Amino acid sequence: MGIVTPGFGLIFWTTLTFFILLFLLAKFAWKPILKAVQDREEAINSALKAAEAAKAEMASLQSNNEQLLKEAREEREAMLKEARAMRDKTIADAKGAASEEAAKVLEAARAQIHNEKMAAMTEVKNQVAQLAIDMSERILRAELKDAEAQKAMVDRAMQDVKMN
Amino acid sequence: MSNTRTYLTGLFLAISSSLFASSAEAEVHETLIHEEEKEAAFNPAEVIMHHIADSHGWHLFDWNDHPVSIPLPVILYTEKGLVVFSSSKFHHDAEGHHVVEAGGQRFVNIHEKIYYASDVANEHGAFAEMDHETHEVSNASPWDISITKNVAALLFSAFVILMLFLPAARSYKKNPGVAPTGVAGFVEPLVVFVRDDIAKNNIGPHYKRFVPMLLTMFFFIWINNLLGLVPFFPGGANVTGNIAVTMVLAVVTFVVTNVNGNKHYWGHIFWMPGLPVAVKPLLAIVEFIGIFTKPFSLMIRLFANITAGHIIVLSLVSLVFIFETVWVSPASVLLTLFISVLELLVAALQAYIFTLLTALYIGAAMHEEHH
Repeated sequence: MGIVTPGFGLIFWTTLTFFILLFLLAKFAWKPILKAVQDREEAINSALKAAEAAKAEMASLQSNNEQLLKEAREEREAMLKEARAMRDKTIADAKGAASEEAAKVLEAARAQIHNEKMAAMTEVKNQVAQLAIDMSERILRAELKDAEAQKAMVDRAMQDVKMN
Repeated sequence: MSNTRTYLTGLFLAISSSLFASSAEAEVHETLIHEEEKEAAFNPAEVIMHHIADSHGWHLFDWNDHPVSIPLPVILYTEKGLVVFSSSKFHHDAEGHHVVEAGGQRFVNIHEKIYYASDVANEHGAFAEMDHETHEVSNASPWDISITKNVAALLFSAFVILMLFLPAARSYKKNPGVAPTGVAGFVEPLVVFVRDDIAKNNIGPHYKRFVPMLLTMFFFIWINNLLGLVPFFPGGANVTGNIAVTMVLAVVTFVVTNVNGNKHYWGHIFWMPGLPVAVKPLLAIVEFIGIFTKPFSLMIRLFANITAGHIIVLSLVSLVFIFETVWVSPASVLLTLFISVLELLVAALQAYIFTLLTALYIGAAMHEEHH
């Protein structure tokens, strides 16, 4: 029976010891330990959350960058296109203007050539006529240097008139 | 496999040699026993029960048939006030033969209980009146709040616990916000285990204010269990295998559980909802008894487990004295080692179970209705 009968002294001392231990540990051990553990857990959790947020921000930044890059690329593309079009247009314009000018110059040249040619022709005609007149004058002079020749000549002319 | 074989061979060897030895020496031995006092014969039950029970004075060993023990203060609250004297004044007597006079009163120690001594000795030489049939002492006894062996062991383990956790707490204060180092690294997983797996899981949302109590309970039981397994001073006392100690712990559980019991809890005890009215009073009786049986089972479980462990270890150690041969010692040592390792597990397990069930009872008492 001895071992299953609780002794008063041991109950007294156990109660006292247990509660003193509870008080001391709760105040000086459990409180700081639990607080430190909880603080650390919170710190870890917040650090993890911050890391997650940073990651998300990074991802959004990256997608932003990509967007920007894409926009820039598009803009560049557009600018290039515009430049190319402008160049083509300029070239085309220049070509058109040049050919027109050339045609104009050609036309003018042609007209001038024509004029020159006409003038030259007239000149040549005039000279030929002069030459012909001179020649005929000389021939006439030669042929009509004596009276006999002149007489013959008139005769012949008379003959022709008569025939008519 | 090989372990089992070694152990079996050792056991066989031990038993056979002991039988052989005892048969060879049987004649010499018998005459010796007859010549010697009967008390000289080894009685393992007596030794074990003496160890299991509490005592004034901490017995260390016997030297030349004379017990050597550490004297402890005997503190008595008598009819004439507090009386304090050393347990050595009893001269290792626990049979009531030796009367100690202190504070103008006379005391005897009968089986480690202090009584007011009778004026004359009875036929057994004890200064007490004994009932002839029940062998119970009829003398009055003072309130005994002595520092017994168990109390001393209890104080020592409290000291060990403080020396374990106060430095740990200090290391947290010293280096806040870093990974735990040293003793804190050892302590933290256990503290977190008690907080999360025992308190949070079983009590529910309001677990926080019970954590210090559960932590204290867990480590108090565990450290005392472990110190009880240390075979020499200042360990080896059967503190958590003493019903007074487990009773105090169980009472703490009882009080905390019922003080925190909500309307829902008491409603389920005295007027169980959803049952025919005729059954309700019957169930109320059962449930009311259940309030007491739960902590009672805690008290018995811890007491029985730890006491049983001590009894087994001592029985195995006693084998060598029971068989009266040293050849049984391999088996004795191996079995003791095996049981000691098992007890190491039991020490932690019982601390866990006690704390877990306490948390479970508190959780049940604070459980909110979900209908």
